[in-house]
Amino acid sequence: MMRLIAENLGGERGGEAVFSGIGFVIEKGEALIVTGPNGSGKSTLLRVVASLLPVARGKVLVEGGGEAFPTVASASHYLGHLNAMKTALSVEENLGFWRAFQGEPALSVEEALETVALGGLGHLPFGYLSTGQRRRVSIAKLLVSRRPVWLLDEPTAGLDKASEERFAALMRAHLRDGGIVVAATHLPLGLEGAKVLGMGD
Amino acid sequence: MLALFLRDIRLSIRAGGGALVGVIFFLAVIVTIPFGVGPDLNLLSRIGPAILWIAALLACLLGLDRLFQADREDGSLDLLVLNGDRHMLALAVLTKCLAHWTGSVLPLVVAAPLLGLFMNMEPLGIGATALTLLIGTPAITFIGAAGAAVAVALPRGGLLISVLVLPLTIPVLIFGVSASYGAVADPAPFLQPFLILAALTLFLAVVGPLAAALALRHGTD
Repeated sequence: MMRLIAENLGGERGGEAVFSGIGFVIEKGEALIVTGPNGSGKSTLLRVVASLLPVARGKVLVEGGGEAFPTVASASHYLGHLNAMKTALSVEENLGFWRAFQGEPALSVEEALETVALGGLGHLPFGYLSTGQRRRVSIAKLLVSRRPVWLLDEPTAGLDKASEERFAALMRAHLRDGGIVVAATHLPLGLEGAKVLGMGD
Repeated sequence: MLALFLRDIRLSIRAGGGALVGVIFFLAVIVTIPFGVGPDLNLLSRIGPAILWIAALLACLLGLDRLFQADREDGSLDLLVLNGDRHMLALAVLTKCLAHWTGSVLPLVVAAPLLGLFMNMEPLGIGATALTLLIGTPAITFIGAAGAAVAVALPRGGLLISVLVLPLTIPVLIFGVSASYGAVADPAPFLQPFLILAALTLFLAVVGPLAAALALRHGTD
């Protein structure tokens, strides 16, 4: 039984507290939407959960991850503002690299590209793609290796309507498979029954 | 890890990778020296190993600032750090160092014998210098990785890295040059400085990536 737990979590940037006293428990198959105005600490919260920033106070942990996913970092995909792709390499090379490097391979590169409706574009250099297409390749990166927890920071930035719906379907499928989604966003993501965490009020 | 190595090699040979910049700098320095020093062939052959080593050292430092900065700018560094629980971050850094060395520094070692001819060096001296470069330059990359990791968040950290790293590379330079001289000048030994050079490389192969990984883990923001 997998759970993502944060207890009395505090985060800071440059020595200044951005948020404190955040607590949540997300069971498997549940989503948490983090909302709030600019500068309320949504991105900082996701980076603290992903252990990319040090935890200032409290703790965050996964329970029941088993041997494959003992820590939050090892159990998580992190989709930040940046796409983590090299413009000089082709889409296939980029995804193939992350698939091999991240381990726990899931979909093949072609299947993942088909899923985000970019089939047949794998040979293009990543730098040739439009903003929305780049974002979709970045989303395909979530599919090529298996991680139960998806930490998404403004995941739909730059996506068109059809891609947004496709991405919502991907998240629902991930939740049905017993995954966990934590998303910081202003826009509705199309996830029914998701918990909402309001920051900065 | 192999995937990371291959990706970095690919990036270094693709357009904008900058693998050739070091070689061109190396070539420029070595070709200019005889014009500056003058046509004294004995003097050139005497200072040849030292000049080759100094030029190679500076050429090594040239591309180091991009080692982690490029990954930081496109967000890859976050994922490398995030995957640090799965494979040790220090190992990923070591892999990146080896790829950087293969892509940008190995060409210098290959070009060194040719440039040795410009310095009127004898074949044995050329061979010894190329061999010491082959064994010694990885050490410079490993120290440089620590400097590059510390300066990763600075937009124009290139010069800072060179200044940070240069004092630490002095032992490598000293033993590299003295081994090169030892091969040609009679009373001076070759094997002892050469073995110390190899030991320095092995030592820094552990310390450099560990220090760099520590700096990267605390440098994310």
